[in-house]
Amino acid sequence: MNPVRTIGRGTISAIREVGRISLFAAQAVAAALTPPYYWRATLSAGLRFAFNALPVIGLTAVFTGAALALNIYDGSARFNAGTFLPQILSVSIVRELGPVLAALMLSGRSASAMAAELGSMRVTDQIDAMSTLAVDPFRYLIAPRVLSTTLMTPLLVLVADIIGIYGGWLVAVFVLDFSGPIFIGNIAEFLESRDVVSGLIKALVFGFILSTMGCYYGYGSRGGAQGVGAATRAAVVASAVLILAANYVMTSFLVEV
Amino acid sequence: MPTKLSVRGLSKSFGAKSVLRGVDLEVDEGKSLVVIGGSGTGKSVLLRCILGLIHPDAGEIWIDGEDVLKLPEAERPRRRRQIGMLFQAAALFDSLKVWENVSFRLLYGERMKRDLARERAIACLAQVGLPPEVADLSPSELSGGMQKRVGLARAVAADPKVLFFDEPTTGLDPITADVINNLIADRVKALGATALSITHDIASARKIADDIAMLHEGCIIWRGPAREVMSSGNPMVDQFVHGRADGPIRMALKAG
Repeated sequence: MNPVRTIGRGTISAIREVGRISLFAAQAVAAALTPPYYWRATLSAGLRFAFNALPVIGLTAVFTGAALALNIYDGSARFNAGTFLPQILSVSIVRELGPVLAALMLSGRSASAMAAELGSMRVTDQIDAMSTLAVDPFRYLIAPRVLSTTLMTPLLVLVADIIGIYGGWLVAVFVLDFSGPIFIGNIAEFLESRDVVSGLIKALVFGFILSTMGCYYGYGSRGGAQGVGAATRAAVVASAVLILAANYVMTSFLVEV
Repeated sequence: MPTKLSVRGLSKSFGAKSVLRGVDLEVDEGKSLVVIGGSGTGKSVLLRCILGLIHPDAGEIWIDGEDVLKLPEAERPRRRRQIGMLFQAAALFDSLKVWENVSFRLLYGERMKRDLARERAIACLAQVGLPPEVADLSPSELSGGMQKRVGLARAVAADPKVLFFDEPTTGLDPITADVINNLIADRVKALGATALSITHDIASARKIADDIAMLHEGCIIWRGPAREVMSSGNPMVDQFVHGRADGPIRMALKAG
């Protein structure tokens, strides 16, 4: 085994994959923006996606907010800054944890579901059948999923922000003896709209990433049940990694250092 | 009769394995050609190339005097509006109801009103012997034979001029298979359509074909009228249609 050759092969196939994904994403965007539009499919995909994800988003957010409140209080009390808990908690959640954790949960829940559904359709010839029925699978299957997920993710992140702060509030009031109204008042006074908006911009990009990955791996899956399983796994891994990488890149542009 | 569908020198390889090695086929308008051959001889690949689902390495595919491989991407939907295809496992959309499957092309390709499309679907279901109650079921609630019927109804719903059948009787019991064969022959005739089927079921081939061609190792090795297939004089065709293990054809036991 020649190590140079192995590294070279790996690099080439990685670059090829990046190219294929970019091409796929561009095609999905083009299909979403040009007619024919499938509003019915888009609306139903969006509602299903958002509604079904609410419980998992809510649970993730409330526990994260609660644990975060304890940690921040414990840490900041060391230099007598424990009273800044509402400010630190809220800015951590709306700028970072709300978008990132919600997107990671959605990768596990929705990108995997898209990959499995499209993968099963691929291996049972349903996607080929659609082509022979003169309906473009990109427009009927992929564009509605990518479009609706991209638009719905910010909404879900907003819900995660609110529930996450509420989780922190619960701990602050019932465990740490904060006054409930003052806690909320401090947050309202401190939080700027750009804190929230930057999180929602991230959510928009994360929604695009996770739906594109789910569709890309599902659409391209091969080889029966095993292929669908592999596609599902690849979709979740790729979408989680890309979300975390994109988060760093976007954060470095969104903060004013 | 003018030639409706013509395939010239079609070749396709996957990696080092060449599956089609210069296939030539012609089907006259209104005729039904069945391509027979063992598993792994390239029948499915041939069909998928003609349907535009796989791009061949070389060769030409002419439908109605147009080289479909040279058609620009924007023209493809127009071409596909004139074809209908029945997939081996029916390939029904399991997220949609039976009637939405049957009128899928009308609903999403031609944007027909839903109540109108539903009426059309029920009429198409009747033509394949299915009652209107089936329309609101989901495909997973149907037996294999009923799924094939729905697949046939979907393939013919938009009055296509060319029909393709991929192993229409595979996985069905002999009686249901014969029912499907009759329906296929009946629908093709009623539409005046040109048909190309692939199968390894000789009974089915003799029932729905005007002409039969045999594909072996990526080439057409015999072609003749359906009634002559049992006495073709070609040793390989003889071995295949009589189902003998011994003969000039040696089946590969390993895939790929």
